[in-house]
Amino acid sequence: MKTHLANQGKVVDSHKRSADGAPWTLKEKLLLGMTTQQYIVQAVRNPFNWILGLIFAVGLPLIAGRFFFGLSWVTHSSNDYPWGLLLGFGLFAMVPLSASGFMLGTTVEIFGRHDFRPIERLALLNGLLGYLFAVIYLLVDLGQPWRLPYPMVVSFGPAAVLFLVAWHVATYLSVQVAEVSSSFFEWIGWPAAKKFIREITVGLTVSGIILSTLHQGALGALFTYAPGKVHPLWYSASFQWLFFFVSAIPAGLCMVIAVSTIARKTMAWRCDEEFKKNLDKLTISLAKGASMGLVTYFTIKTIGIAHDNEWGYLATGWGAWYMAEMAFGVLLPIAIFAWAIRNKSASLARVGAFMTVAGIVLNRLNTALITFNWRLYQEIPHWREVIISLTIFAIYIVTYRFILYRLPILFEWKEEKVFVPETVAATVRMNEKYQGAPEPVGTYRTTD
Amino acid sequence: MSGISRRKFLTCTLVGAGATALSLKTDAFASAKLEGYPDSMGVLVDLGRCVGCRSCEAACNREQNLPAPAQSFDDQSIFDQTFHNGQKRRTDENAYTVVNRYEPAGTEKPVYRKVQCNHCNEPACLTSCFVNAYTKTSEGAVIYNPKICVGCRNCMIACPFNMPAYSYSSATNPIIEKCIFCYDTRLKNGQPPACVDICPQQVMTFGHRKELIEIAHERIKTNPERYIDHLYGEDEVGGTSWMYLAPAPFEEIGFDTTMNNEPIISNVKDFLGTVPMVLAIWPALFTGFHLLATRKHDIEHHGDDHQKQKEEEKKS
Repeated sequence: MKTHLANQGKVVDSHKRSADGAPWTLKEKLLLGMTTQQYIVQAVRNPFNWILGLIFAVGLPLIAGRFFFGLSWVTHSSNDYPWGLLLGFGLFAMVPLSASGFMLGTTVEIFGRHDFRPIERLALLNGLLGYLFAVIYLLVDLGQPWRLPYPMVVSFGPAAVLFLVAWHVATYLSVQVAEVSSSFFEWIGWPAAKKFIREITVGLTVSGIILSTLHQGALGALFTYAPGKVHPLWYSASFQWLFFFVSAIPAGLCMVIAVSTIARKTMAWRCDEEFKKNLDKLTISLAKGASMGLVTYFTIKTIGIAHDNEWGYLATGWGAWYMAEMAFGVLLPIAIFAWAIRNKSASLARVGAFMTVAGIVLNRLNTALITFNWRLYQEIPHWREVIISLTIFAIYIVTYRFILYRLPILFEWKEEKVFVPETVAATVRMNEKYQGAPEPVGTYRTTD
Repeated sequence: MSGISRRKFLTCTLVGAGATALSLKTDAFASAKLEGYPDSMGVLVDLGRCVGCRSCEAACNREQNLPAPAQSFDDQSIFDQTFHNGQKRRTDENAYTVVNRYEPAGTEKPVYRKVQCNHCNEPACLTSCFVNAYTKTSEGAVIYNPKICVGCRNCMIACPFNMPAYSYSSATNPIIEKCIFCYDTRLKNGQPPACVDICPQQVMTFGHRKELIEIAHERIKTNPERYIDHLYGEDEVGGTSWMYLAPAPFEEIGFDTTMNNEPIISNVKDFLGTVPMVLAIWPALFTGFHLLATRKHDIEHHGDDHQKQKEEEKKS
């Protein structure tokens, strides 16, 4: 891409090539304004694509093999560990990292903090893709994935937590598709559809909050079915859902910081000035939110231990592991965030964000896999399961990159409408004799 | 638009409510409590009588048409097998019941323990299943419908006895495999399951669960030196149809004695109870936040509140 720009290539950021030029064709939009040949050349030149290619070369046949030879070919077929890495990482860790969509949606649309707008779409997309790929991990892990719609249409088990998760994730996925679709409509050029989405935004956002609260919590509540299996330090019948919900908040916010950092570094050409200009400031603001979330999380985790009187376990080996998770995944990031916010250091906040993301992933792995069956034995995932997990994650990255390169997520789409100066409400100087009379109201336009 | 008209507010709320209304039924049965069937059958297993002949394993294998075992059922060396740091054999897709040998301290003879699905009064597998594949029949059996099972394996997570196994090796039709109390072939017709029928030592007594509890306590009372004074399964996780008498402390012969007497679902009720509350409160709470947060913005920028209200009324 750098070469393309160096050769005076143009970046697709509006429908038209130039102010009076011909519109981009769909093919050109897809190829980022390059010719097919240029596109292939730049793709081959990128070393990261070679790494991805290698992962796919090994991983895709393994995924196919799972469907031909059964789960026993790729996992240890454990009857004691029915949920392995595919769900432990793919479902339980991906979903909290995708809480960003509803967090930023709430900030901008509900609390009216329009200063977060440059990063809102990235957060929404991060949410959508995280959920989508959590479902893909699930599809690989389910015994009979073709029956996934059964809880919706064939047979209902309404007293089950998983029933709620299935319904909510399915509904929320549609809500997120709708939320992200406005950038797709801009890109494809269908303003009427975008306007419709715009009109139902508050409704979508509020249902997003409800669905997120419940299914983030429900993923935690799934483990309350296994009181003797999850280690007591990671288990709480009363608070498990709150632990999962509250930790999803810093997880989602930090994931946005992490992804925006990577995007800013690896695809600077795609970020517009607005995004670049605001990113540091927004990173600090997100870090503030994340540190409040982390402090709350730490507090309720401690209350959880006190509530079930589990202090004794802290002195055991599992206790040391628990304290390590808390120290590196929660307390250290809090300290780093505090320092970063005080000194307005966005780069330090980014370090804290990456640590938080790792800390939350570790927490989910601990709950679902590492401390699960702590009284039995330790399950080490099958190498094929590890490679499949990695491969699905690589597909996630490719999809993420594909969308960020094209849709107006990191940049604002230049609309072809007649240019109207941005939103200042008409102001009229007050004359003394009109004092007390209704203020004159002019039509004004807000950017949307 | 930073303002919001009344009509728009209503539309938005409806969209929000609509998106979640579908899931309202999630909790219709959340707090319902299974009382257990009064005429439920059960089996009393007197582990003091078991000699480890494994004929129950063989009978089960025949009755359920399971594949022939790798090692014959007469082979006693199987008791020496351990897996994953000393784990004993467990049930799997090829064996719905398994006998293990234990040598608890202070007893001369080894103690044999037969495991199979205990057919809980309030089964965790059943309550955790999101397609309702499990049924607790009035006869006491916990049976399973493989035709609707999606294969999430949540029941295996939930089962406190780790009984359900999964046929991972099947690519096209993997299902849960576990003891079904010989429901289709025997229990339905009032007959005891195959393992009970074949046992040469009469380790197992088949009967009404209520009566079995009385028999068990009678045995403990008449021979207090032969039994630990506890009937395992009478109260554990809400009570099970299969119950055990043991000649040695239960924890020394592989039983989990840390189990609560409450059914597993009671751990989940705290969460299930909050679901309808969140569904009911959140829409108003957050649309309210929205109005509070953005109205302030309007006041600052576009004149006084009273004026704004008038405008909205005019519009709608």
